[in-house]
Amino acid sequence: MAKLIVDDIEVEVPAEYTLLQACEAAGAEIPRFCFHERLSIAGNCRMCLVEVKGGPPKPQASCAMSVRDLRPGPNGEPPVILTKSPMVKKAREGVMEFLLINHPLDCPICDQGGECDLQDQAMAYGVDTSRYAENKRAVEDKYIGPLVKTSMTRCIQCTRCVRFTTEVAGVAELGAIGRGEDMEITTYLEAALSSELQGNVVDLCPVGALTQRPYAYHARPWELVKTESIDVMDAVGSNIRVDTRGREVMRILPRLHEDVNEEWISDKTRYIWDGLKTQRLDRPYVRVGGKLRPAGWPEAFAAIAAKVKGVPGSRIGGLIGDLSSVEEVFALKQLLAALGSTSIDARQDGAKLDPALGRASYLFNATIAGIEQADALLIVGANPRLEASVLNARIRKRWLHGNFPIGLIGEAVDLTYGYDYLGAGTDTLSDLVGSGTFAETLKNAKHPLILVGQGALSRPDGAAVLALAARLAVSVGAVKEGWNGFSVLHTAASRVGALDVGAVPGEGGLDAVAMTNPGGVDVLFALGADEIDIAPGAFVVYIGTHGDRGAHRADVILPGAAYTEKSGTYVNTEGRAQIANRAAFPPGEAREEWAILRALSDVLGKKLPFDSLGQLRAALYAAHPHLARIDHVEAADAQVVIDLAARGGDTASAPFHAAVTAFYLTNPIARASAVMAECSALAQDRLAAAAE
Amino acid sequence: MSVRRLAPKELQPESFAFTAENLAWAENTIAKYPAGRQASAVIPLLMRAQEQAGGWVSEPAMRYVGDMLGMAPIRVYEVATFYTQFQLLPVGRKAHIQVCGTTPCMLKGAGDLMKVCKNKIHAEPFHLNESGTLSWEEVECAGACVNAPMVQVVNEVFEDLTPEILEGIIDAFERGEKPTTGPQNGRKSSEPVTGLRVLTSPELYDGSMVGTGVGLAAAREAIAARAAAAAAPKPAEPAAAAAPAAPPKSDPAPAKPPVAEAVKAAGSADSDKPSKPVAPPPAGEKGN
Repeated sequence: MAKLIVDDIEVEVPAEYTLLQACEAAGAEIPRFCFHERLSIAGNCRMCLVEVKGGPPKPQASCAMSVRDLRPGPNGEPPVILTKSPMVKKAREGVMEFLLINHPLDCPICDQGGECDLQDQAMAYGVDTSRYAENKRAVEDKYIGPLVKTSMTRCIQCTRCVRFTTEVAGVAELGAIGRGEDMEITTYLEAALSSELQGNVVDLCPVGALTQRPYAYHARPWELVKTESIDVMDAVGSNIRVDTRGREVMRILPRLHEDVNEEWISDKTRYIWDGLKTQRLDRPYVRVGGKLRPAGWPEAFAAIAAKVKGVPGSRIGGLIGDLSSVEEVFALKQLLAALGSTSIDARQDGAKLDPALGRASYLFNATIAGIEQADALLIVGANPRLEASVLNARIRKRWLHGNFPIGLIGEAVDLTYGYDYLGAGTDTLSDLVGSGTFAETLKNAKHPLILVGQGALSRPDGAAVLALAARLAVSVGAVKEGWNGFSVLHTAASRVGALDVGAVPGEGGLDAVAMTNPGGVDVLFALGADEIDIAPGAFVVYIGTHGDRGAHRADVILPGAAYTEKSGTYVNTEGRAQIANRAAFPPGEAREEWAILRALSDVLGKKLPFDSLGQLRAALYAAHPHLARIDHVEAADAQVVIDLAARGGDTASAPFHAAVTAFYLTNPIARASAVMAECSALAQDRLAAAAE
Repeated sequence: MSVRRLAPKELQPESFAFTAENLAWAENTIAKYPAGRQASAVIPLLMRAQEQAGGWVSEPAMRYVGDMLGMAPIRVYEVATFYTQFQLLPVGRKAHIQVCGTTPCMLKGAGDLMKVCKNKIHAEPFHLNESGTLSWEEVECAGACVNAPMVQVVNEVFEDLTPEILEGIIDAFERGEKPTTGPQNGRKSSEPVTGLRVLTSPELYDGSMVGTGVGLAAAREAIAARAAAAAAPKPAEPAAAAAPAAPPKSDPAPAKPPVAEAVKAAGSADSDKPSKPVAPPPAGEKGN
């Protein structure tokens, strides 16, 4: 720790702190453009100049100077930093003047206007006139993909975007060419960026050089209503802010949550919003004579009631989709129970996860933040880059710190970090249990992490693979006091919450595969279930948001609310319950799913015991108290993993296949999005080019 | 300076690969850097690729070098666009004339040299002449200020130029000849244009002083003796005043001044420097 005085305030900070961090610790605000907490230090914008006594006698870039570089005074007085002195002000004004020399005066037509770092800081350090009479520099705009729009004349060359793509996203695609007075940011040959995290460069850009292409000229920041919410595109549970104007979602931005998404979100999370406006189900439909016909709520309910009447409970089933909140899952389960059915399943992909074994058998026990604590990683049947891009960035972050051996069993793909490819399937996993060099690596690690993907579990022998992985985890010491490295990576936002409330077949119940097979059930309530084919025969009641696969198969469609249009609890892959808030209203006659189920239950004569979301939550929390502890990871009992390890089972020697192949098209909202379709087409082209 | 970009697609070759000889050289070069720092070899490799490809770096060459060093192509692109020594556009098959335009050369008439290039090659730098054999550009200081003005062609320099001499050189390149390199006014490397003034005594160079142990003192004695002998018949007319009178152009190899004057001049070299017209009149005035 080092003592220093910042603007008359004495602070004690770690010696490895930069002056900028030390100043912030003392409460002084330092303007900056190039500096970013999560990126390497570039020191090229010079905006963070401070005056230092006990250092060189000139303004110092506080982001690039370490506290330990300062000398104490002659009598041992602590070094003094001045952030508000006339010298500092003059120096910063000089820097600002230089930055503004070539920056266009197009704030009125710039999408960054109103939330622009340069604009804000020019208010504090800018001068009212320019002394520069020469022409401003103009730079050609570059194409860097369908998501990020460029206006390169506005670029102030902070290189945050270059550092982000190289360091965090792990794709060295952006670069600064023609370094010097003609410096320009571009990709090689203006190819589209290939990262799943590229949208974050827009947030990082301190000026309007990189803006969101789909959002271009759509709205101004001050006319948007901001709602803090949770993302449902993957099971990470990224914290987001949904910006709406009127009923319309205009954009989605990340929110800071150190333990989940830091401050990044994936492109699917960010650019999904145009999918919320297309293909929407805005009124109930009833299939008459083989064709879906718009209907009113009473008519749709009556059609369902007529069909359900006389069908025994064992012939009724419920399927839960990937985007459902815990509340509606809980409501559907109660409705089915009331109808005498035990057939309910949240595992559309057929993953062999069983909440009866205990929570630890299906959670990412190590927690996402725990990845940084891990010192060895084995990935089994997962492609975290596509299944949980933000979590993958966390793995890459840990890998960049060094001493992090990573092994992969499954498909060999580019994960943005190096790994040992161990094998393709269960044989390799069995070999690892007990022997193998990588088993030694895991054993020698203090905090080994075994990441099991849905690709390894959603197959007929999934339960045996899960047990095998648990056995490996136990044998290498991944499950011990204070550390549980057995971690299941989910791909569906609804999955953990649904497993928590026990949305799996009860006694005598059918699972997702059995229900959707020919002759499975007579009446099937499909709650946003779009990732599964339902065989002809069953009467399907689809409760969902988009005219996707589920709706096409449906006999009755009840229009629901998308995740931005309702308040709902989502439990992420590590077991963290978070509440998504309503930012907009569902279109047309669409309603929130829990309310639909409550109303339907009345028509069916099995009235559910709640009339409001509050009452529903009270019942939910009474049954599952851990869900009431919002934003808290309830550590699961590690004994479960040890018990799981003891379970045997025969594994087939087939290779693991990734659970997510088309990153941009994993759910009905994404499939309705034109932006996602364009990204998907680009990704396909890249795949095809790579295969050649 | 203008924005440096890759050559348009139609000028880019299909592919690039080092010749066997260059490949061996490249592997040797890469091995000079510590493990994990192979990317440091990007500049020598790009330079070799440029030489092999006839003086410019093509897009496939950048990718090739990047692949060789495990670098993303954009990183190679960054390097290639930063260093102006890497040509991003095709250059003349026979010669790419790089005219130094930095202060000393500019004062000594680099403007006229560029005019020659504009007349004989192309009105614009970085453009090929009609037959594609020649191209030219203005470069920053090439490090031969003593012999200003000068041009550089690949690794060779042509110094002490006049527009007429440069025309001759360009014509020689066009004919496929290899013009004589170095100073074009007859002087040896960067010796004073007015001839040697110090260290002229032959004893210094004939080996007679070696091993005598007398060193500098003996040399001075010998020089003084010679000077005294030479001074006797001829009244002193300082060479310093005489030499500049003959412009270097008309007298490419100025006669060696008498030793005595040389010694005197050397003795007072510092004091009479300002009075010496060190530069001939700017060539620009004569060229027109």
